[in-house]
Amino acid sequence: MNQLIEFRLDGVVCMGQKGQYIVDAASDNNIYIPTLCNIPGIKPRGACRICSVRVNGKLMTACTTPVSEGMDIESKSADIEDLRKAIIELLFTEGNHFCPACERSGNCELQALAYRYQMLVPRFKFQFSKRTVEASHPKLIKDHDRCILCKRCIRAIKDEKGRSIFAFGKRGHQVEINIDTKLSKNMTDEQALEAAEICPVGAILKKEQGFKDPIGQRKYDNEPIGSDIENLALQ
Amino acid sequence: MNKAIIATTSLAGCFGCHMSFLDIDEKILDLIELVEFNKSPINDIKKFTKMCDIGLIEGGCCNDENVHILKDFRAHCKILVSFGECAIMGGLPALRNTIPLQECLDEAYLNGPSVVGNNEKGIIPNDEELPVLLNKVYPCHEVVRIDYHLPGCPPKAELIWEALYALVTGNPLKLPYEIIKFD
Amino acid sequence: MDKTVDVIIKKFNADKTRLMDILIDTQDEFGFIHESAADQISNTLDISRVDLEQTISFYHFFSTKPRGKYTVYINNSVVAHMAGRKDVVKAFEIEAGCKIGQVSHDGLIGLFNTSCIGMSDQEPSAIINGVVFTRLTRFRVKEIVKNIRAGIKVEDMFQASYGDGNNSLEIIKAVVNNHIMKKGPVLSLDYTFGNAILKIIKQNPKDVIEEVKLSNIRGRGGAGFPTGLKWDFCRQSIGERRYIFCNADEGEPGTFKDRVIMTERPRLLFEGMVVAAYAVGASEGILYLRYEYKYLHKYLDSILEEMRHMHFLGKNIGGKKGFDFDVRIQLGAGAYVCGEESALIESAEGKRGEPRDRPPFPVEKGYLGQPTIVNNVETLCAVVKVVLNGGDWYKSFGTSVSTGTKLLSVSGDCRYPGVYEVEWGFSVDDILEMIGAEQVQAIQVGGPSGTCIGPNEFDRILGYEDLATGGSMIVINNKRDILKDIVLNFTEFFIEESCGSCTPCRTLPILMKDKLIKIIEGKGVMQDLMDIERWSGIMKANRCGLGHTALNPILSTLKNFRHLYLDKIQKGVEFDTGFRLEEATKIGRLVTNRN
Repeated sequence: MNQLIEFRLDGVVCMGQKGQYIVDAASDNNIYIPTLCNIPGIKPRGACRICSVRVNGKLMTACTTPVSEGMDIESKSADIEDLRKAIIELLFTEGNHFCPACERSGNCELQALAYRYQMLVPRFKFQFSKRTVEASHPKLIKDHDRCILCKRCIRAIKDEKGRSIFAFGKRGHQVEINIDTKLSKNMTDEQALEAAEICPVGAILKKEQGFKDPIGQRKYDNEPIGSDIENLALQ
Repeated sequence: MNKAIIATTSLAGCFGCHMSFLDIDEKILDLIELVEFNKSPINDIKKFTKMCDIGLIEGGCCNDENVHILKDFRAHCKILVSFGECAIMGGLPALRNTIPLQECLDEAYLNGPSVVGNNEKGIIPNDEELPVLLNKVYPCHEVVRIDYHLPGCPPKAELIWEALYALVTGNPLKLPYEIIKFD
Repeated sequence: MDKTVDVIIKKFNADKTRLMDILIDTQDEFGFIHESAADQISNTLDISRVDLEQTISFYHFFSTKPRGKYTVYINNSVVAHMAGRKDVVKAFEIEAGCKIGQVSHDGLIGLFNTSCIGMSDQEPSAIINGVVFTRLTRFRVKEIVKNIRAGIKVEDMFQASYGDGNNSLEIIKAVVNNHIMKKGPVLSLDYTFGNAILKIIKQNPKDVIEEVKLSNIRGRGGAGFPTGLKWDFCRQSIGERRYIFCNADEGEPGTFKDRVIMTERPRLLFEGMVVAAYAVGASEGILYLRYEYKYLHKYLDSILEEMRHMHFLGKNIGGKKGFDFDVRIQLGAGAYVCGEESALIESAEGKRGEPRDRPPFPVEKGYLGQPTIVNNVETLCAVVKVVLNGGDWYKSFGTSVSTGTKLLSVSGDCRYPGVYEVEWGFSVDDILEMIGAEQVQAIQVGGPSGTCIGPNEFDRILGYEDLATGGSMIVINNKRDILKDIVLNFTEFFIEESCGSCTPCRTLPILMKDKLIKIIEGKGVMQDLMDIERWSGIMKANRCGLGHTALNPILSTLKNFRHLYLDKIQKGVEFDTGFRLEEATKIGRLVTNRN
């Protein structure tokens, strides 16, 4: 099954397995392509668009597009990097991301990407959208202010019968992620923790715990996101 | 070499950014070799006495007074720097931005659980001396042109120092990963 | 447990993939999908409530709250505005005693906006409890509300006359008019129903595809993918079964030609589906009909039934052993994005109409994971003629690059709006003469997702080599304010219709709308125009066509009508955030009684 193929990523000749998604193949070659909505091992959705790369002249999401023999992929071009930065900024201005007051600060993937991309100049107007905080679920807090609508929770967390505990509601700029009132009552502690951990930002929090990592020891305090992949290349 | 002239202010902020500024510790001695302070809460100069090179703005704009001061800074400073999350994106004061102003004031002065009996007439403070609140808290760059932004809540002292040093001396700004943080 | 809901669920075998039908029937039965019905559906289908709600809340015509005994959806398209929608809305609000977006206190009437309902040649229009009303006037609104208060059913409200052609059939009874202004090979009547089926079943399916390839016909929905190639891909894909979808989700504002085809040439259309089925080896067909055209549902069903009797559908079609194919109609529920083929498939599977990631393409993995073709109504009709008369015959129409004809939906400021079937290669000037348009300032070609051109480009020709179009042509005369009347409305349309999945499409059009309003209000500066142009590239990262074209209204006018923007921006002002202290303190002063 594991058919090895050759492709080029930013001019570098890489090897990958047939059918492997670009983002995973890149990672195997110690090249980091930023992602936000992607979760390894779960069917990708291409929602955030941060992993956009140019394949044969066309923008494609690296998390949903399989590599193929001879594929020529562009990832680090200035325009693509700026596109990613723009998407990060759009997410910051769309929701209400008050980092100083967020439990996930320092461990947040959105914030980490903003650090990596040096988001220093606000280019888009802050929307200050009306969002709510839902604290009625026994094990979880859902802070819609911070939700980036990546669908990770929707895709990853199901009940024992495979039913969705999380789901989208509405559409367009009104889209939100809802939690099933009935099913959330039966969530175990492990499941609630898993949901909180799968969330790349601080939109899903497990109740009765927080701020467990001191400042300075949080995931992205000292090393940019993606370093784990890139550092392997340096060794 | 002429010293660069600096002005600072805190609008809708908590003065935390100014505190962080003072956290540059002994480098403050280096700083005063490089710069001279004009209008600033640090030296308590209340009015601009001359054109300045750099203005540091802490806090966003939550009322008309903030807007007037910010515009005054823009008029008197060649370079304007937003420092801290409040100046850059409204910060914690902007938590009210998703709630209509009327509702905020009603909650604070009329209906809130802490309002006990002594506001029978239902008065929302309206003295002429009080600044008028804006419909929402505005990041500074959504009011006037801002040249640079230093993130953080507060921005790290090293970041403030590095940025000021680079601006004053014209040296390139060093931005190691660790010093840019939003919290 | 509600018996009615139970009957509805059972009617669709408690099949999750038929959720759209279950919800549509429930909504129609009760006027909204109430709490207990939703519980019952989710319990019976064994899906969670949030899962159910994510489908319900995606579609414009579903509601979990009552929307009035009579629910009035007033068309909010550009052309409706041109035709005097404002007065109609005002009349409805006065007569009903509630504002748009609300239900009257007695719960009798609900007033709501809706995106283009495909009646651009007879605006202003509205849909009331599924019945279409066109050419509304203040007087007509008064009459309608009076009838409502008298308890008359909408179906019984017309006394005068119904529309032309089949619109007046007992089974349709619509006041809608066809306005067929020019016929060509597709609309012409010189064809005998069923002949194409009887012809192809004697051929090898591959030869049918070859003939379609030879004709060089391309998808008529707008994207223009070569039809023969699509069929070939589907035929070659591996799957347990194959599906033919007809995309009748005609949602591009200003388009209505599919509605006319389905009213006047439904047999031709279904014959096209049978041809496609034979060519690719499909066993099931689905006509995805937009909810706005629900008034044609029964009629179309009756044609399908007729075809079954004639052995043009069902088992052993035309006597050909083993050629089994049938068609069902799938209603949509109000979502423009479902016109995108993979979103349409998602919707037909009972889910939110979010476009899928590609690859895989629908021809490989489409409906229920099987190879699927999605073709436009017009394409399928044209294919029948190709099969009957040959690919070479078809190529004798149009240009060398764009073969055949195109049905245009003409609306806006012209004397003769309606459907025109013209050969590709006509210039815009030719068309303007034909439709009686004068003092034209601009033409919106291809709807909001297309392009807005001015007189200096009216010599351009319609065709894939120049002005490609799905057929919508909106004429804009000299009196219109393009930025305010056209561009703003189109931009709001895209904001309303985005599925919300991709970050850029969900967020950027809102910021662009802010910029546009800033410019219209005279607060804009050159930097704003530069921002718009620079930021627009971000939209290329979106997944689907909606996301790619959502800024076209702004971008194409910024390119072709730049002077309108330059006139509006401030002279001699380089920088302006748009902030005005006066406006920002308005509420603060009001609340504290200070001036």
